[in-house]
Amino acid sequence: MFFLIIKRILLGLITLFIVSLITFAGTEVLPGDACTTYLEREAYGAALEACYKRLGLNIPAHERYLSWAYNVIQGDFGYSLSGQMPINEVLGPKIKNSMVLASASILIGIPIAVLLGIITALWRDKLPDIIISTIAIFSMTIPEFISATLLILIVAIWLEWLPGIVIVPTDVSFFELLPNIILPVVAISMIMTAHMARMVRSSVIQVMASDYVQMAILKGVPYWKMVFKHVLPNALLPAINVVALTIAWLLGGVVVTEVVFNYPGLGRLVIESISNRDLPTVQALAIILATIYVGINLIADLMTLMLNPRLKTLQIRK
Amino acid sequence: MENIKQNPKSTSAKILEVLGTMASRPSGLIGLVILIFHVSLALLSPYLAPYDYKAIDPTLMLQEPSSEFWFGTDSLGRDVFSRTILGGRIALTVTFFGSLIALFWGGLLGIFCGLVGGKIDDVVMRIVDAFLSIPWILAMLLIVSLLGTSIEVLIPALGFFYGKGIVRVARAATHDVIAKDFIISARARGHSNMSIIWNEILPNVRDAILVEGAMRWSWMLLGFSSLSFLGFGVSPPTPDWGLMISNARGLMSFAYWAVIAPIVGLSTLIIGINLTADAFAKALGIDRSTKAPV
Repeated sequence: MFFLIIKRILLGLITLFIVSLITFAGTEVLPGDACTTYLEREAYGAALEACYKRLGLNIPAHERYLSWAYNVIQGDFGYSLSGQMPINEVLGPKIKNSMVLASASILIGIPIAVLLGIITALWRDKLPDIIISTIAIFSMTIPEFISATLLILIVAIWLEWLPGIVIVPTDVSFFELLPNIILPVVAISMIMTAHMARMVRSSVIQVMASDYVQMAILKGVPYWKMVFKHVLPNALLPAINVVALTIAWLLGGVVVTEVVFNYPGLGRLVIESISNRDLPTVQALAIILATIYVGINLIADLMTLMLNPRLKTLQIRK
Repeated sequence: MENIKQNPKSTSAKILEVLGTMASRPSGLIGLVILIFHVSLALLSPYLAPYDYKAIDPTLMLQEPSSEFWFGTDSLGRDVFSRTILGGRIALTVTFFGSLIALFWGGLLGIFCGLVGGKIDDVVMRIVDAFLSIPWILAMLLIVSLLGTSIEVLIPALGFFYGKGIVRVARAATHDVIAKDFIISARARGHSNMSIIWNEILPNVRDAILVEGAMRWSWMLLGFSSLSFLGFGVSPPTPDWGLMISNARGLMSFAYWAVIAPIVGLSTLIIGINLTADAFAKALGIDRSTKAPV
């Protein structure tokens, strides 16, 4: 058990190490760098040399990787190229903003998803299931930017209920911020909720068909008592991993949603830094997003492990 | 599973049978109809489009839908109907060939890893894991911004990035059959790894990989349109739904038609592919609802 946890953490660290190699090599191997982008047509001779020297690009790549990785481990991502300011200062507020958006979506999304999943499973192939499942399929297949655009068009432009884009700074008080983030949160949690509800549904259906539930029915356990006491704990366990993967998968979707709503989070920073070929910032973002992904998965694995006594003796590998 | 080899049906008969099962459910039938509609539209639209998709006319800016311009005109006076029916061609082509590339390398690598196991498998899966944990959008944006947004870049890049999920599925499916008797006897007969992969494993894991590939197709379409929407996909004036939505979005309070038409086009295509993939999975007896969207 203890060794299993240590092993999972080690594997996560190895994954992050490979991610750092990939991102560093990727930005290194692909043609074009900060200097040629910056200087554009003047990128030759002395100007280019000076730029390389200033940004430290004249040092061999593996040495740069080592010093970069050494600093990253200490939490220092270096300087961004476009703004000439420490990346940590750029990232801080953006991470906070994205966290506000993501946690609001998760807090709203998970309970709704569990509820809808249970309803659709218990009334399988009946009217509630057909209606909810159809809506779920629509909201999980339609791209984020379409649902977000439609939300703005209908709620903000036609009905004029809520502002369509975020224009206030995010450090204003909660009640001033609230109307601005309702639409982005709805747009993000719609897709997430649909994915999770589908997962919970099939998990509940599987457990309902198992022998011990049949046994409980035959024994005459009251229906709702059986659902809450015997079915749900077992059905929700495998959902934890999927919830984690869904959240991690949404990191990509959040980028698009943030752009549509003009929300100043990590997503818009991704687009800006890539447009500016601000490679240090891109590397920092890749590491941070990958760390979030690995971290969420690790927590989900450990939670499953804690909650499921049978898994403690097994080796989990995905 | 084992009787697939003993009682081989011809491939075309099997395909017809699967298509029949898919069409027997209403959702599968709707999906197939939508997909066939979109594919034929993509093939025929150059002959059907009433106006030149790139003809700019400042006097016809933001016209409402009328008998002359069925879906109105956009902010540059271009006919939205012509642009909408042409808008799926590049998306369909890029994602279809991208999915084929993803199926090919993902399937082969997955089967290979499942078969050899051991250290090689461990190392490859670590690398696949690492790629999985970089958000696809960051990786795609980086590649596209450095290598350009031509179709020759987009197809292999999408194919590469959406193939890593197939590696896992193919590997898991291979693990399921690897301990079966017919593999052991093939080994005992002294067949080479290549021959075992081709003759014994592939027929048994094919269904799982194909279903995964069909799913990837709809996700890849989503990814491709998101790139276009963000301005990192095909470049203007090419008609493409993601790009059209992004361009018309700013003026949608005056001219909703210019944004609604491409939205309907893209949404129906994605829903069509999804319903088809779902029906395909059900026809082959594979439950995909428990899979996480990686």
